[in-house]
Amino acid sequence: MKGVITALLSGILYAFGLVLSGMLIPEKVIGFLDVFGNWDPTLGFVMGGAIGVHLPLRRWLIARGTPDPAPKKKGIDARLVLGSLLFGAGWGLSGYCPGPALVALGTREQSVALFVAAMIIGMWMYRFSLGRTSP
Amino acid sequence: MDWQGWGMALAGGIMIGGASTMLMALNHRIAGISGIFGGLVDFERSPERAWRAAFIGGLILGGVILSRVWGERFGLSPLATQSGPLFLAGLLVGFGTRLGGGCTSGHGVCGLSRLSGRSFTATLSFIGFGVLTVAVIRTLANLGFVL
Repeated sequence: MKGVITALLSGILYAFGLVLSGMLIPEKVIGFLDVFGNWDPTLGFVMGGAIGVHLPLRRWLIARGTPDPAPKKKGIDARLVLGSLLFGAGWGLSGYCPGPALVALGTREQSVALFVAAMIIGMWMYRFSLGRTSP
Repeated sequence: MDWQGWGMALAGGIMIGGASTMLMALNHRIAGISGIFGGLVDFERSPERAWRAAFIGGLILGGVILSRVWGERFGLSPLATQSGPLFLAGLLVGFGTRLGGGCTSGHGVCGLSRLSGRSFTATLSFIGFGVLTVAVIRTLANLGFVL
């Protein structure tokens, strides 16, 4: 139960961060990716700020005995690269990555519901094809 | 210079880093949203379901509250009125993040904070291909093709 409450609070804080940062404005996200057009580098500060906090704090936690949740998988393979390329294409087209899309469900906009439904179907398509043989 | 925009982006990023740290400290889990959500919708019976549902519920609850009190921080996708392309984009994001083992949160924030080579490769790939996709759409639009 304790884990449920802390995860809920973490999710709410995460949503606040995404909204405050501007990640819920798809046009702004696309502006960040529009390096060869009207590039708006603002959203680079989001990743910068997040890493600036998380990098030192996770080291501090591990030094104090918190188990490291790092995945065991090592090495760069075709799945990693191909999957990331496909994700990048969908992100550039829509302006949504998974977190902001889920937060945007709160607006009850039909287009967001359609996007999240497609995202779930995409996850199932992976699960029942290449995901079956995943290591 | 859009100092206010930069400041809000930085402050939002700090909150995201804080939320990721909180989940690691208290749940001993990585705040990778595509992995958490994927695990939840993948029909797997797992003891992880409860905290995953709570985290995703927190994201949505945050969206419900903030879209009411802070509507100007929410925008529509340029594809909002084009169901076909929007659906395709959703498929790509869902399939791609599962195949690649993470998204902007898991690879981009948590993985880079760990200085992981895998996450560095993934982040470079999805930002790079996102940039390429936007450039192609812009070029096509300039030539008169609209998606």
